[in-house]
Amino acid sequence: MATDGIDTDTKSHLMADRLQNGKFGDFGGMFIPESLIPACSDLEKAFYEAFADEAFIAALNHLLKTYAGRPTPLTYCENLSEKLGIRLFLKREDLTHTGSHKINNVLGQALLAKRMGKKRMIAETGAGQHGVAAATAAALFGLDCVVFMGEVDVSRQALNVFRMKLLGAEVVPVKSGSATLKDAVNEALRDWVASVETTHYCIGSAMGPHPYPLIVRQLQSVIGKEAKAQFRDLSGDDPDFVVACVGGGSNAIGTFAGFVDTKSRLVGVEAAGGAAMHNGIPGVVHGMRSKFLQDESGQILEAESISAGLDYPGIGPEHAYLGTIGRANYSYVNDEEVIAAFRVLSETEGIIPALEPAHALAYILRAVETGEIPADASVMMTLSGRGDKDVAQIMEILEL
Amino acid sequence: MAETSSDLSVHDLNASLRQKKDAGRKLLVCYITGGLNADWLDMLYILADAGADAVEIGIPFSDPVMDGPVIQESSMQALANGATPLSILMQVEKEEPGIPLAVMTYYNLVYRMGEERFAERLIQSGITGAILPDLPIDEAAGWIETGAAHSLSAVLLAAPTTREERLNEIAAKSKGFVYAVGLLGVTGEREELSESASVLAASIKSRTETPVLVGVGISNPEQAKKVCQVADGVVVGSALVRRILENRSKQEIGAFVKSIREALD
Ligand SMILES: Cc1ncc(COP(=O)(O)O)c(C=O)c1O
Repeated sequence: MATDGIDTDTKSHLMADRLQNGKFGDFGGMFIPESLIPACSDLEKAFYEAFADEAFIAALNHLLKTYAGRPTPLTYCENLSEKLGIRLFLKREDLTHTGSHKINNVLGQALLAKRMGKKRMIAETGAGQHGVAAATAAALFGLDCVVFMGEVDVSRQALNVFRMKLLGAEVVPVKSGSATLKDAVNEALRDWVASVETTHYCIGSAMGPHPYPLIVRQLQSVIGKEAKAQFRDLSGDDPDFVVACVGGGSNAIGTFAGFVDTKSRLVGVEAAGGAAMHNGIPGVVHGMRSKFLQDESGQILEAESISAGLDYPGIGPEHAYLGTIGRANYSYVNDEEVIAAFRVLSETEGIIPALEPAHALAYILRAVETGEIPADASVMMTLSGRGDKDVAQIMEILEL
Repeated sequence: MAETSSDLSVHDLNASLRQKKDAGRKLLVCYITGGLNADWLDMLYILADAGADAVEIGIPFSDPVMDGPVIQESSMQALANGATPLSILMQVEKEEPGIPLAVMTYYNLVYRMGEERFAERLIQSGITGAILPDLPIDEAAGWIETGAAHSLSAVLLAAPTTREERLNEIAAKSKGFVYAVGLLGVTGEREELSESASVLAASIKSRTETPVLVGVGISNPEQAKKVCQVADGVVVGSALVRRILENRSKQEIGAFVKSIREALD
């Protein structure tokens, strides 16, 4: 069926049209050390060529289908819908191989790395989901893989660290700065500055210098493309609300890509301690102009949340843009609301979510209560990953 | 008249380095992290006495992606001491080390203050150059213009991977000097001088009369001397900052810089 596979059209829909010289409005760009400029330019070129190459797209779609398990289902949550008085649908990225949407991005980037003749792939990771996905793709394609991970995250996501090692990747604990995701990005960039001739930097979210926000958006847009078609099949219509959690913003931007030209209201949900859209101001970090939590001098602040995957003080540039022009709205939820949502989904639907998408659900629960989401509204939420990685952490908190 | 013009060039990075280069001198620029310790300003005089031709003052940033462990450490230490762009610039304003001063920092600190205000503030502190390693030429048009309007030299960087047309543009637009990044990698000491250092320096020199200085990885007098067979000078950072972090005496640090000066003369 025609809706299978990724969206190869990088130009026609609303979001892509806004991209000018690597910028989404005022946001984005290529703010990187001179040594990396040729690599990013080459990557941009390789990306456009690959997306115009039927063989490349066929290979990627084949992998998405037979290796990652796409298309993922759209699940109607009967119990929770009844309880809330809305119609709630989940886009089930938790059912993919490796258990989160991150696989969509790494399969595409690993194929690109191969195409460009790179032998080594590096990645940063917060919760470890992108690290696991990158290590998986590297194993599949025979690439050497090094994953940078903040020391704090190494200890709170020990299982994912072990998974990466099982998959043959080297995990480098990062001790500098706050020893979380932003510092892992710094360290990956430092490695890349030195290794750029042989190495592909597989960025895990819709962030970083151009062309990364574009590439990651395009690779993740398979989520929104499938969800839109599936929702129309079920309801003959588009959802009233489309909701996704936002760390750097890849599952959200991939979801929004499918609905940006519909009537659906788009809502991105950040962690309260990393709410760059609300508390951030424009800045230039990690290769991009976007919104960042920072002090009055411009020093970047540490994000803080229960979920390692949303502990990022910035946000991808396309979100900064969609928020600024008002096409998408951004909200945030605190750790307590997240734990409550985590339990609700587990108990009412038999689905244990990752802590990151539990943020999206926490927003929905609150918005139903406040009337921001009215009764009978249809809500499509991206369940970006499953909760296995978080169970040990939650066990400590809940003492059930 | 003669006095006024030489007075000016004492402070002006662009004029001073160019004059010295034309007079056949190899140039030595030293990097220190601003606010690193209580008496960091003394270093300006020690470096000037030891024969540095200019000093780059690092304004510490929380996320220094072009820096290796030594300058990361000095940056974190300075930030922990409460150093801010304004505190450093206000301290420098009172100093007269007799050689030109530049700052090296990351673009977010400039962006936050505003390019215009940042440039004004530098000039007010007697600083006449700025190096922003994460602001490549494609994004630097406004900054270069603002700098020029304030007689502030925007020093641009070139890397071993930089391609021909870009190299032309960087060589043409860089002010003060062209910063040739001597190797593929972040700041830090290296055992060996990278082959790419001299190749890049020669390539840039064929395009401009602006002094071409090699920085990143220059760790000792021998390396400085060797690369200056081609380059017009060197930038020494981590080798110096490491000695400061190790609490070496001022005499010892002065002697280290002097040994580089002597190797170049
Ligand atoms: C399951 C899951 N969802 C969401 C995220 C946040 O990333 P992004 O905002 O790029 O989707 C992560 C990151 O680790 C994750 O593991």
